[in-house]
Amino acid sequence: MEYFLQQLINGITLGSIYGLIAIGYTMVYGIIGMINFAHGDIFMIGAFMALISFLLVVSLGVTSVPLALMLVLFFSMLLTAAWGWTLERVAYRPLRASFRLAPLITAIGMSIVLQNFVQLTQDARVKPLPPVITGGHILTDTGTFSVSLSNIQIVIILTTTLLMAAFSFIIAKTSLGRQQRACEQDSTMAALLGVNVDRVISLTFVMGASLAAVAGLMYLLYYGVIDFFIGFVAGIKAFTAAVLGGIGSLPGAMLGGLIIGLIEVFWAGYFSTEYKDVAAFSILAIVLIFFPSGLLGKPEIEKV
Amino acid sequence: MTAPLLSVRGVDAFYGNIQALRSVNMDVAPGEIVTLIGANGAGKTTLMMTVCGKPQARHGQIVFDGTDITKLPTHEIARMSIAHAPEGRRIFPRMTVMENLQMGALLAPEAKFAEAQEMVFSLFPVLAKRRNQRGGTLSGGEQQMLAISRALMSWPRLLLLDEPSLGLAPLIVQQIFQVIRELNAKQGLTVFLVEQNAYHALKLAHRGYVMVNGKITLSGTGRELLARDEVKAAYLEGGR
Ligand SMILES: Nc1ncnc2c1ncn2[C@@H]1O[C@H](COP(=O)(O)OP(=O)(O)O)[C@@H](O)[C@H]1O
Ligand SMILES: [Mg+2]
Repeated sequence: MEYFLQQLINGITLGSIYGLIAIGYTMVYGIIGMINFAHGDIFMIGAFMALISFLLVVSLGVTSVPLALMLVLFFSMLLTAAWGWTLERVAYRPLRASFRLAPLITAIGMSIVLQNFVQLTQDARVKPLPPVITGGHILTDTGTFSVSLSNIQIVIILTTTLLMAAFSFIIAKTSLGRQQRACEQDSTMAALLGVNVDRVISLTFVMGASLAAVAGLMYLLYYGVIDFFIGFVAGIKAFTAAVLGGIGSLPGAMLGGLIIGLIEVFWAGYFSTEYKDVAAFSILAIVLIFFPSGLLGKPEIEKV
Repeated sequence: MTAPLLSVRGVDAFYGNIQALRSVNMDVAPGEIVTLIGANGAGKTTLMMTVCGKPQARHGQIVFDGTDITKLPTHEIARMSIAHAPEGRRIFPRMTVMENLQMGALLAPEAKFAEAQEMVFSLFPVLAKRRNQRGGTLSGGEQQMLAISRALMSWPRLLLLDEPSLGLAPLIVQQIFQVIRELNAKQGLTVFLVEQNAYHALKLAHRGYVMVNGKITLSGTGRELLARDEVKAAYLEGGR
């Protein structure tokens, strides 16, 4: 039981990170019907931007940990958002009127470009970050096994919950969110009503990239090391999460992220570490047989 | 005649290599109801969409209230206060009636939202009852009412209506035409109406144009066109 509880906590933590990345896939798919395969690498860039921001903040002499974290969060979101915006602007927008596969191929190309760029400029070795958020709480202790919830896990789960609530609110209740949903449902009609569709698409990339930056920061804090390749694996997991939850559905992306995180951790905890990825993808295949549009991907669901 | 609010001059439009409009000329004066009739596939919807920049005219000029809008992007044409209730209604299916109206009011001052909402709910009381229902679950007639209401939410100076009667029961058609007449008479709203239902449209409109294969072939007052033998033969027999 204690072991189960511990895995549950670890799974929710990992699932939160996947969920944050998955939202970027699902929002972009919702609005332009394209899988942004470079989104995993935007997450990777986000982790590097967070690392660079940390160095910057420390060199500026900020010693208070909460303040440093807030600054790092702000800078990495800002910088990564700029990457996301540029990616759409230079690589995807010119191809929007092209045949369906063109943007997909470009996305894969951009993914390779981003990986190689970071590998060249940051070199291929892993980059460590000393633990920033330390300590934790022992929840139960049976003598043989103790269940702990670390402070970093609390930070990750709280931040994710907060951000997801904020994003759900933006999509459901604000004018920007309505414009995004309108573009997703009928972009020509949205334009006829005065929506600047290009701008809304840009903002969607910016939002997705900001969330990926948060995920990158959380990953950096949680694992303490990053390299240019983390975006590939995490990206595929998050993409799987988005499809599992129903691509295009915001709650689906969150749910899918959570499920993939839990499957991965439980599989590794109870069976073997080696096949944890296979487990996640197998579950995806099984779910798609019974729910071809994902768990929450019904046509009447709120998309974007 | 006063200076036209909308003026279309020598407009050609294409879908790829296929020409859909051939040197179209037409005007809508402020306060007028002008109708465009023609057979299915004549190019009526294309003309309306070309006014909105989708597709853009390849040749010719479209002027709205003295401004050349030929090359403006669609969302900026909307900003000139041209509202469009397009063919097929194009209600956002997964948004509620209220959200569809909010989308319509995007360009209007927020302070005038309540007034606009009150106006459309009094024109179409059924929408008030459906306010929290999703657009996709409305009946065809209700969707058309919502499409017109959504267009009205922006307080337009020119309302473009593309076949509002299509597929609707005669009673609903009458209600919608009555609303158009009232908006024009009471608020002085300028309306450009595309219709296949030529009889009703010509009775309602001050002036009309007939389009055949992307060309304007006839124009005149509603009454004049109703009396023309070509119009009677092609669009009115059995078409009531
Ligand atoms: N999106 C499109 N792509 C290619 N051809 C089109 C498109 N829309 C309309 N057309 C063609 O343009 C012509 C005019 O169509 P349309 O403007 O819809 O006519 P109407 O509204 O009078 O029925 C038709 O021949 C139609 O097939
Ligand atoms: Mg038509």
